[in-house]
Amino acid sequence: MSKKADVVVIGGGVHGCSIAYHLAKKGYKKIVLLEKSYLASSGTGRSAAGIRHQFGTEINIRLSATSVKMMENLAQELDYPRGIDLMQGGYMMLAYTESQLEQFKTNAALQNSLMNAGTRILTVDEILKIVPTLNTEGVVGASFNEKDGHVDPFHVTQAYADAAARLGVEIMTRTEAVDIRVAGGRVTGVVINSGEVIETPVVVNAAGPYGALIGKMVGLDIPLYPERHQILVTEPLEMFLPCMVISFTHGTYFKQTPHGSLLLGVGDPEHEVKDFNEESTWQFLEDVARKITYHMPVLKKVRVVRQWAGLYDMTPDSQAILGKTGVEGFYLDVGWSGHGLQLGPVVGKIMAQVISGEEPDIDISVMNLERFKTGALIPEPACV
Amino acid sequence: MPDRTIVCRCEDLSLEEIRELIDQGFKSIDEIKRISRCGMGPCQGRGCRQIVAQEIAAATGKKLDEIEMPKFRPPVKPVKLGILLGGEKEDE
Repeated sequence: MSKKADVVVIGGGVHGCSIAYHLAKKGYKKIVLLEKSYLASSGTGRSAAGIRHQFGTEINIRLSATSVKMMENLAQELDYPRGIDLMQGGYMMLAYTESQLEQFKTNAALQNSLMNAGTRILTVDEILKIVPTLNTEGVVGASFNEKDGHVDPFHVTQAYADAAARLGVEIMTRTEAVDIRVAGGRVTGVVINSGEVIETPVVVNAAGPYGALIGKMVGLDIPLYPERHQILVTEPLEMFLPCMVISFTHGTYFKQTPHGSLLLGVGDPEHEVKDFNEESTWQFLEDVARKITYHMPVLKKVRVVRQWAGLYDMTPDSQAILGKTGVEGFYLDVGWSGHGLQLGPVVGKIMAQVISGEEPDIDISVMNLERFKTGALIPEPACV
Repeated sequence: MPDRTIVCRCEDLSLEEIRELIDQGFKSIDEIKRISRCGMGPCQGRGCRQIVAQEIAAATGKKLDEIEMPKFRPPVKPVKLGILLGGEKEDE
């Protein structure tokens, strides 16, 4: 048995659903989205759900500022009645050394000159006005953007999926792509786990941490590997923490969600496993307890409700791989390395432009797959 | 007072709301949890998980033991960060 599609998107995270929606909006008639589990079941749904302007490279600054603006109107644009739980209380990035503060100043200047982002450098006194309970021992300043914040990853994904479905996209959950057919250097179809073949001239790989496995199906070697990251959530509290607080020095981040619960995370790339293991560990729980209560001692009284784990889709420079490949009709939107959720809206739109042969709103050519051979890596200084 | 059977006490979700979500196509406990917060509260689904599973089974014609359970994650019950540090007692 076989059926025909104009485009098959592999991956039902925020990127896959956004790409499918934007393609359908362009008038593509027959789009199939394949998700091996349920929507937002992997990286998207396990993320810390942040949106921010504060990056340090031109490409990420242009993408993120545009995406934050899209998030601000997303529920209306997509006619999504549940809302996406957008909360813009800011991201505060703590500097513990003068050189770190200098880097933040450089980043802020670039954000403000390119996108009028409104990023400010705060003194310790200004930090304490926003977060009075923060331990500022050793802190020399911070970078702050009050339009950074939080969105609900499930609802953003579902909003795109519902809007896409209304435009005729066929969303197949619990359906896995098991092979991709290639003839004469171009994609011709996708085999799914039922054995059915979907004939298509275009396949988009938006499979997150599974992206390298999908690449192998067309003979492409994508330098992409999964890396486990862990996070935990506390009981809900009255709102007291308006912004996300990040320390690159400690690898820590914490914030309060609109629901009142706190999300607490510690990145530990050196010790975390680099396979498809999504188990949580006791070491993480102890690590968070130690590091986050150092930043904010009042949190000792707060109860942890659950910890969980998810996979980053890491690349050698921790930056995404986007666009065309050497296989005609095979496109990539993978490798977001832990900052992809927030960029789902803008990148979905750009990918739809690239696939339909239009000039994209933002030039994404630096994120090409070939950079790992040529050495033209992307030096982003602001990633956890 | 309207007839409202509470399924998830932590997040205040009724049986009607759960049935409506199943009707809309959210046919696993994990999907219902993510769209509605059912089971995300302090009890972590101890109260509601079984009821939601029964409703999914009834709606899909599956057996109860075929309904996929969400992952069990630590801690088993809510615990203060201070206790994890080893320096604090529960009543402090």
